[in-house]
Amino acid sequence: MAEIIVVTSGKGGVGKTTTSASLACGLARRGHKVAVIDFDVGLRNLDLIMGCERRVVYDFVNVVNGEANLKQALIKDKRFENLYVLAASQTRDKDALTKEGVQKVLDDMVAEGFDYIVCDSPAGIEKGAYLAMYFADQALVVVNPEVSSVRDSDRILGLLASKTRRAENGERIKEHLLLTRYSPNRVETGEMLSVGDVEEILGLKTIGVIPESPDVLNASNKGEPVILETESNAAQAYDDAVARLLGDTRPMRFITAEKKGFFSKIFGG
Amino acid sequence: MGLFDFLLAKKQTATIAKDRLRIIVAHERAGRGSNSPDYLPMLQRELLEVIRKYINVDAEAVKVDLIGDGESKVLDISVALPENPAQA
Repeated sequence: MAEIIVVTSGKGGVGKTTTSASLACGLARRGHKVAVIDFDVGLRNLDLIMGCERRVVYDFVNVVNGEANLKQALIKDKRFENLYVLAASQTRDKDALTKEGVQKVLDDMVAEGFDYIVCDSPAGIEKGAYLAMYFADQALVVVNPEVSSVRDSDRILGLLASKTRRAENGERIKEHLLLTRYSPNRVETGEMLSVGDVEEILGLKTIGVIPESPDVLNASNKGEPVILETESNAAQAYDDAVARLLGDTRPMRFITAEKKGFFSKIFGG
Repeated sequence: MGLFDFLLAKKQTATIAKDRLRIIVAHERAGRGSNSPDYLPMLQRELLEVIRKYINVDAEAVKVDLIGDGESKVLDISVALPENPAQA
């Protein structure tokens, strides 16, 4: 049975698409058959992060409208043969996606034998975000250790617990926090909320902490999900998060500050 | 970061952030609890619109709460009037 995972946050720019791309690659690298869907109608971006922007012929809305079938619209990844991308439509019609339409596409994917379907939610709490989370079994709530992101995440957690199919059936979505852009040094100096602070405020455990890293921008420049930059701390942190999602226990890495030498303390840097 | 900066105690802004978030998150959770129906925010907005036809009040002036008291529930609506209630 396919597991539907929504990557959501409320706030924009916290790393939903980066996370969706890395999560999808991480699952595919472990041999699972994975589809990753861009729900951000009008602002397609997952294709760029996945590096398949020039191979988009048909999109999500085309499939919903019956202008193409799922097989035609799924873009096969060049790195993993068991990984597929479904691009968002660039239409400005906000009502292009309907609950019935989304359900049909997801049902088709389940019938195609996908193990995991990753839904990359748009920012906000409008229809796109609602549809991205509605059918989910699990939710990855991406949060930056920063006041507006934490507050918006709490809002999203409220919606996950009330406005989803599982909630309507009296079940719960399995929710996970994923902290991104984490700076252990700034946490140490008391300038940034710690993992523990965010967990305490939101009442939820973190499944991963992705350190602030220049590799994320470099990877997106290249169209390579950052999890594939194996030397990078961010990649290793994403891989740990994927492993935990699949049930492994792994210690949290990259959450303590690098020890500064005596001289750098005095002279700065 | 410069010479001897480390000797100066930095303001612990993360603590301020945490305290502010604790309060606002608790407040917002209370507002969407199980005993708080979906229509409350809409009711509050519409009441505000009606009241503003007659009196200039702030957006925060109208408070709508559903107070559960055992079996009975009370819809508690309070309107704080400005000091000089100018007519709209």
